[in-house]
Amino acid sequence: MWQYILRRSVYMIFTVWIISIITFAVIQLPPGDYVTTMVSQMIQSGMDDLPPDFEAQIRAQYGLDQPMYVQYAKWLRNIVVKGEFGYSYIYRRDARTIILERLPVSFAISSFSILFVWIVALPIGIYSAVKQYSKADYFFTFVGFIGLAIPNFLFALILLFLSYRYGNRAMIGLFSQEYETAPWNLAKFLDLVKHLWIPVIIIGTAGTAGLIRTMRANLLDELNKPYVDTARSKGLSEGTLLWKYPVRHALNPFVSTIGWILPSLIAGELIVSIVLNLPTTGPVVYNALLDQDMYVAAGIILILSTLTVLGTFISDLLLAVLDPRIRLQ
Amino acid sequence: MDVTIRENTTDYDSPLGGSLPAADTEDELRLEVATQWQLMWWKFRKHKLAMFSGGVVILYYVVAIFAEFFAPWQRTQYIADYVYAPPQPIHLFHDGKPDLHVKGLKFERDPRSFKKIWEVDEESKIDVGFFVRGSEYKIGLHWLPIPYINDLYFTTDRHFFGPKDPTQPMYLMGADKSGRDVLSRLIYSTRISLSVGLVGVVISLILGIVLGGLSGLIGGWVDNVVQRIIEIVMSVPDLPIMLAIAASVPLDWSVVQVYFIITILIALRSWTGLARVVRSKFLSLREDDFILAARLDGAPQRRLIFRHMLPSFYSHIIASMTLSLPGMIIGETALSFLGLGLRPPAVSWGVMLQETQRVAVLALYPWLLWPAVAVIIIVLAFNFLGDGLRDAADPY
Repeated sequence: MWQYILRRSVYMIFTVWIISIITFAVIQLPPGDYVTTMVSQMIQSGMDDLPPDFEAQIRAQYGLDQPMYVQYAKWLRNIVVKGEFGYSYIYRRDARTIILERLPVSFAISSFSILFVWIVALPIGIYSAVKQYSKADYFFTFVGFIGLAIPNFLFALILLFLSYRYGNRAMIGLFSQEYETAPWNLAKFLDLVKHLWIPVIIIGTAGTAGLIRTMRANLLDELNKPYVDTARSKGLSEGTLLWKYPVRHALNPFVSTIGWILPSLIAGELIVSIVLNLPTTGPVVYNALLDQDMYVAAGIILILSTLTVLGTFISDLLLAVLDPRIRLQ
Repeated sequence: MDVTIRENTTDYDSPLGGSLPAADTEDELRLEVATQWQLMWWKFRKHKLAMFSGGVVILYYVVAIFAEFFAPWQRTQYIADYVYAPPQPIHLFHDGKPDLHVKGLKFERDPRSFKKIWEVDEESKIDVGFFVRGSEYKIGLHWLPIPYINDLYFTTDRHFFGPKDPTQPMYLMGADKSGRDVLSRLIYSTRISLSVGLVGVVISLILGIVLGGLSGLIGGWVDNVVQRIIEIVMSVPDLPIMLAIAASVPLDWSVVQVYFIITILIALRSWTGLARVVRSKFLSLREDDFILAARLDGAPQRRLIFRHMLPSFYSHIIASMTLSLPGMIIGETALSFLGLGLRPPAVSWGVMLQETQRVAVLALYPWLLWPAVAVIIIVLAFNFLGDGLRDAADPY
């Protein structure tokens, strides 16, 4: 077991390292950098008497004149050693404070979405399998297909329109106006919860639909196995029979799916936040990418990716605890 | 033969039907001599929803190929007065007689906000018909950059349907911010949105088969490296990275360049699933008896792969390709919607939806959401079709 954990950890760190390289390289892709944008803006606003070496000076000040691998090494060292993500050119603040402001809300939405997916998918999946081909089963299968087919952001758009048309209020943002700038207290938290369910449902629907189908298929496989007949012939009540063996066995995908649900949840959270204008990392990373605010964009992408890999790692470990066969491979 | 079976089973004098056993063997014979593709077709045919979805998909592609013919208007045609004109519902009867037409629109300025207030002009009547004359367009192979072949086209001005007088406005799905017809643009979008999926599938197919094949056939360290690459690609949350790459596409790139970079980007995130299927198929086939038999017969490696192994899972590849299409279509739509994908003058569903990013636009002109409906229908259709194909892929 320990060997397994060790192997997975080494592997996880390696993945995060690769992601950090990809992230940094991708952020550098656009031609020019922030200084080019800044200088052209200054010239446009009438400051044409800039000293000839002004651009180079600024670049040296921010360390942008060094080769890329040096910039990368510095960036990574600061993150690992000091926990600093660099400087935001746009906000003129430490990138870390900007990221830390937004990250908890992103994290909350993603976590609640996973909870939502589980809480909804588990009973429906079991019910659909036990009452296979019943009306409810067909209904859930149909709803599941629709849920899978509607992309998150279109779902958000449609809900936005419906809420505006019939609720006389657009469901954007996560706080009511009076709480937007208020300090954190219980009332603000309750207000947040009141708004949170909309993005959670939008983000969670696709995952829920997928998990219902997996759960149903797995449980159906289990229910047809001979041991179920044996238990039934020995007089075990249907309830005990169902919960004690097949459901337990079919639960494995619930844990293993964290691995593939998490990236899609985080991506979903990103795009839905942009559409609904939620105060999460989504809009920040979107604007940072457009404005070449590279350290903010790189920092957020790296953190989101690391969280995803970490989630997958935890689900792998849980799975190994639950199912000894995986450990031994 | 089928007919005689039915006659016999409904014959009340001999309910068992004398020729039934014979028909059974006949049927069995039919099953035994059928080719693999025939068996799959028979199995697929039973899946009604998949059949229906297949029809929807074919319809979409026909509309995409002949967009100029199906669209009442050209892509860029506009009437400046009709900015954000609401949809004109189609009427089937006039004075109790069947007569296809729409009512005209007129507007007044709100005295305070100067906003246009649209009203249906009950007096006016714009006749609508099928195969009407409109703007001229070319149909054929004129867009191919190959000399002589691109002479194979003809010019016509017939449109599938439209107003009988082409100067009259007909906005069945309303107008957008420049007074262009949403329906016509929706029809033109089908072409780009669907082709992104097709080109993307071809790219991910090549990547998936080559890497998955190498991994499964050679094994050893190659397999290990490819598997690690696949796991890393799968664990990276694709959207942020895709956004980052898409945001770095220079503004002065041409429509075609942007199209290909976006398509490659979308393909890069979906080849992993296919590579896994191909790898596991090769791994299990390698041990199969019929491959061993062929090998003992002295068949060279290339023949083993292309003549014996690959054909035995073409159907699985087709099924997983169909199932990966919706993801690609959604990917392009999402990127273009955020303004990071295709850009005007290219027109795709995502590009059309860009306007709806602003809540005010969405609330006032909800007909701009029609492209969303088109996306949802085709994604559902591909899902059902892919499901049916997957079930049919293994007919034995």
